[in-house]
Amino acid sequence: MIGTLIIVPALAGALSFGLRSNRARRALLVATAATHAALAVAAWRGSPEPTLYDWLALDDLGRLFLGLTSLLFLVTAVYAVGYLAREKGRTAGDRGEDFLFRNIPEAVFTGCLLLFLSAMTLVITSRHLGLLWAGVEATTLASAPLIHFHRHRRSLEATWKYLVLCSLGIAVALLGSFFLSVALRETSSSSSLVLDDLLRRAPAADVPWLRAAFICLLVGYGTKMGLAPLHNWLPDAHSEAPSVVSALLSGALLNCAFLAILRVLQVCLAAGQGEFAREMLLWFGLFSMATAAVFLVRQPDYKRLLAYSSVEHMGILAVGVGLGGLGNYGALLHAVSHSLTKGMLFLVAGNILTAYQTKAAGEVRGLLRGLPASGILWTAGFLAIAGSPPFGTFLSEFTIVRAALGLGRPVVAGAMLLLLGVIFAGMSRTMLAMAHGEAATKHPAEPFLAVAPPVVLAALVLLLGLFIPPPLETTLRLAARALGVPS
Amino acid sequence: MNSWIDADLVLITLTSLVLLGASRLGTSIRMVALQGILLSPLPLLLAGQSGFGPRAAMLAVATVLIKGLGFPWLMARAVRGGSQRREMDPRIGYNASLLAGVLLMVVAFLLSSRLPLPPGEGTPLVLPAALFNILAGMFVIASRRQAITQVLGYLVMENGIYVFGVGIASHQPLLVELGILLDVFAAVFVMGIVIFHMGRELDHTDTDRMTLLNDWEKE
Repeated sequence: MIGTLIIVPALAGALSFGLRSNRARRALLVATAATHAALAVAAWRGSPEPTLYDWLALDDLGRLFLGLTSLLFLVTAVYAVGYLAREKGRTAGDRGEDFLFRNIPEAVFTGCLLLFLSAMTLVITSRHLGLLWAGVEATTLASAPLIHFHRHRRSLEATWKYLVLCSLGIAVALLGSFFLSVALRETSSSSSLVLDDLLRRAPAADVPWLRAAFICLLVGYGTKMGLAPLHNWLPDAHSEAPSVVSALLSGALLNCAFLAILRVLQVCLAAGQGEFAREMLLWFGLFSMATAAVFLVRQPDYKRLLAYSSVEHMGILAVGVGLGGLGNYGALLHAVSHSLTKGMLFLVAGNILTAYQTKAAGEVRGLLRGLPASGILWTAGFLAIAGSPPFGTFLSEFTIVRAALGLGRPVVAGAMLLLLGVIFAGMSRTMLAMAHGEAATKHPAEPFLAVAPPVVLAALVLLLGLFIPPPLETTLRLAARALGVPS
Repeated sequence: MNSWIDADLVLITLTSLVLLGASRLGTSIRMVALQGILLSPLPLLLAGQSGFGPRAAMLAVATVLIKGLGFPWLMARAVRGGSQRREMDPRIGYNASLLAGVLLMVVAFLLSSRLPLPPGEGTPLVLPAALFNILAGMFVIASRRQAITQVLGYLVMENGIYVFGVGIASHQPLLVELGILLDVFAAVFVMGIVIFHMGRELDHTDTDRMTLLNDWEKE
């Protein structure tokens, strides 16, 4: 079952490199995404058997992130069909630049997209920290060609930055994994990195080594997650990648890195070093929020704006988990609502980019009149991402702030509210100005495949704010319990 | 046995120092190749006390093939394929880099004195040697402009982690070790492709001249 979840997209990815027809390839993409989603639903309802010496298994945390990733991938795959049809054979120039670029072949794009899904599934289901590491590295390698989609010199620069920084991070994470195996060695002859063994042996951990391991792993996977000050690759990669890829990077990949950090946090909690680990997460989180706030205000490029907003939200996740207690639940709920919202916003940003041919927010005006569907979604998306009621993001941010107050951390709560306020103001200036005003040119009506996927995501975010479906609620509670007993 | 391990570790450390002071790409690539070959006997030597099995032997062979031959070949090809200057122009000069290398060595020893080794593991030199290579690799990545040299720095850093892996955390199942070697291989391969694209599309692989993406100089 779990093996199938990983192998199906990998095989489909390999197949897509060989297919001749673009139509067949697009059908394959959607069919694989649908199969993956169906399998994920089945895995969600049943409890699949662990496989591969118990290295692959699905616990409550995994179940949550698997469902989320699979759902987001399905929606973006449907969007990608329309996107690829529009991009087909387009040799586009930049506005005001004498430079033509040609996209990478569709076979490579679709193939890498599917391999990317396979790698993310591996990260989510892996119970072995070495395998988890290999999975995170595989996500980097599979997504690098995706960022280079436009073969533009800017996308090349972004790809290089992404590769170097994430590889550096991943190398530090590997060192951290080794440190962890030293900290938790049982005897001198056996020292497995399977999570269940680690949790069992944790109470006898060697504390200095464990702390060094946590720092290395937090820095390593934190680079991938986009926590400041390790977030430098993120704005470039997200703004240069095609919108389909940005949606997946922000909505799914960052979550996978977050999950990797949560696994290590679980070990620290079992070892009685939870306090130390949580405190570090908390400060990383607040620092990320503050950094994002600085760059969000007066950000001239709307895709970079969304990217910095991802840094902010990753910071919120770290703060939530750093608080513990109710914060765990809030952070997991926020991971869900942020993924859906940010996925939706990047897809809409793709529509805007197609219509206006520019990423400069100052040159986009009159979305509500010129592109009514995208305009409404963009406005709703702004409200959601800035955490206004009645969206799911409001509920989760509110939960985290309440957790901070409940745990006697008013300073953290105050800092969070202040930063959220600054970010709200900063984003509203840019994003609302884009929605209002007169449309300079008349745009043709948007195709169904460009509008329906973001509408679905927007509806889900709205639903989350009003009513959390009971199966999701149960999984959230159980997953939060895995990160410490709720107080 | 231990004296052989220590001698090998010292040689590995020396290759990193030479790399820090090397001005030519060819020398740097050769140093990385030499380092890869020097790494390969480590699994055998460290397993020596209890007699090594097929596992250590396989790892040693894979190391020679991938780190000693594969990477240097890829790098040498990228140098020939691209159009970069052979002479490098670092942000921090070669003599200053060497001096920094000595400082990094002090840091490595200080750090390893803070982390007590479990009894009966490796030799006292394993941890400082591993940490020094990791730090030296990071330093090369940060202080050099050429994309290709940054990849070389990345390899040195990986080698440091490898020393730690086989020297201290040597009880992982083989599958993982091979997976990790292959993963690193793939990473370098992808980077090689990117460098190739850079050479073709930008006519240079100087990362300092990649300044199109930033937050401050827009409009």
